[in-house]
Amino acid sequence: MGIAGQIALQTLAVAGIIVFVVITGFAYSTLLERKLLARMQVRVGPNRAGYIPIPRRGQSERRLLGGVMQPLADAVKLFMKEDLTPTHVDPVVYNLAPMLTVAPAVFSLAVIPWAPRIPWLWELVPDYLGRYEYLAIAPGLNIALLFILAITSIEVYGVVLAGWASNSKYAILGGIRSTAQMISYELSLGLTLLIPVMIAGSLNLNDIVQAQIDSAWFILLQPIAGILFFIGALAELQRAPFDLLEAEQELSSGYNVEYAGMRFAMFMMAEYMKMIIFSAIWATLFLGGYHGPFLDAAPMLGPLYLIIKILFSLFIMIWIRASWPRMRYDQLMDLGWKTLLPIAVLNVIVTGIFIVLAEEGVFDGILNTINGLF
Amino acid sequence: MGGPVLFLILATISVFAAVSMLTSKNAVHSALFLILNFAAIAVFYLILNAPFLAAVQITVYAGAIMVLFLFVIMLLGAEESAGVLSTRTGQLTAGIIGAVLVVGSFIVAVTQMGGTAPASVVADTRPRTLAVILFEEFVFPFEVTGVLLLVAVVGLYVMSRKLTNKERMEDA
Repeated sequence: MGIAGQIALQTLAVAGIIVFVVITGFAYSTLLERKLLARMQVRVGPNRAGYIPIPRRGQSERRLLGGVMQPLADAVKLFMKEDLTPTHVDPVVYNLAPMLTVAPAVFSLAVIPWAPRIPWLWELVPDYLGRYEYLAIAPGLNIALLFILAITSIEVYGVVLAGWASNSKYAILGGIRSTAQMISYELSLGLTLLIPVMIAGSLNLNDIVQAQIDSAWFILLQPIAGILFFIGALAELQRAPFDLLEAEQELSSGYNVEYAGMRFAMFMMAEYMKMIIFSAIWATLFLGGYHGPFLDAAPMLGPLYLIIKILFSLFIMIWIRASWPRMRYDQLMDLGWKTLLPIAVLNVIVTGIFIVLAEEGVFDGILNTINGLF
Repeated sequence: MGGPVLFLILATISVFAAVSMLTSKNAVHSALFLILNFAAIAVFYLILNAPFLAAVQITVYAGAIMVLFLFVIMLLGAEESAGVLSTRTGQLTAGIIGAVLVVGSFIVAVTQMGGTAPASVVADTRPRTLAVILFEEFVFPFEVTGVLLLVAVVGLYVMSRKLTNKERMEDA
């Protein structure tokens, strides 16, 4: 086998493991959401499918980890459903739309850095990772952040086309709402993505993580950008409180109303995968990515830290869903165009001025005074 | 990087997408084929070692512009419309314009063959380098493009704003 074959094989192995972890993570993030929502609403949540029985003397057994097999049960149920294509739809586009929704969600995974150089892994796959200093599916892509922007901009197609191809009022209303919403929020999202680039001076995500390790996590340097990105991500993901396009009361769940079985599940899958991936991007840009204590001694901790940060972000998203009412359409547009966008533009301008001033040495005196104190 | 096989596959996809865009009767299908074409061209840029251009191609053309296109087609319900091209004059005009464009691009391609693109410039993806190119070397075209877009935005605003009562009276 030639060197190209070696690289292809090793890429497939590494990428396969990462994608498998995230897809399993998707299944369990649905369970996490249902369990957490239930707890926040003083319910129990799914607790029947799969548990560890612990017998107790004289009483019924104690059930540990109730509901742990729920995602599997859901998947089996959805696979058993009939894969039907209604007669009034545009068949090609109707069947294409779920795939166009899932694929971009998986694409963005390619550029997330998971760990710094791990010696044993680098020996295992030398041809693939040898030239790079960090673990990612596509470590050679230096324009990672632009890649994410590009993927975000094509993410909307799946939903729009599902709405159009379904040839139904509710579905097309959902599709149109989502297009308007995603276009509105992409702008402020793109502008907040600029902030880490400006501070780190690179479009490479690993350089951004390294810059945070050298100085401080960017959420501390730029809390406004961090929060703006999170709000923009919620709107981009169409999560509560921005989930107008699938408002059950108005649209009976919107763009996916004509879908059933696995095709419906693919929309769900895309939604949760995007939640995980936006969390990963947020963690990488603002929470220091794979950075954490003892990273130098044990680089294998990197993925663990990133997963902990992703879980933290998922928890906040679910928490917001449990506590926030849905916004009205005009409020949504006002927030996007009249509040978030001006703040994002101002933030970019002010940050730019500060970076230039710092490079000119204006703050040296202040920094020296602070350093002198310690 | 790449190789003739990759090029052939991509070329087939992009030509197929372009032809299908012209031949499909449904406006939404046409738009989808155009998106496929844009995506294939973005991969061409990647092979030519210009990742920045590839990402921008996807973001701007396949993303922003085509979403708006699709939006308009969906809202106006312009699927399967006959349009200008169904008339004899329309077909003739389109044919002549198309022929001129094809011949022109062939002439350019043949006469300029072997000329190298500034590969070292586009392959450098550091933000500072890109900023220097955009805001120092090509600052004039950049600003002109900006003004052009601003004119379009102002025009849109003028056409879509609500009329005042006085203007409504004058219209009537």
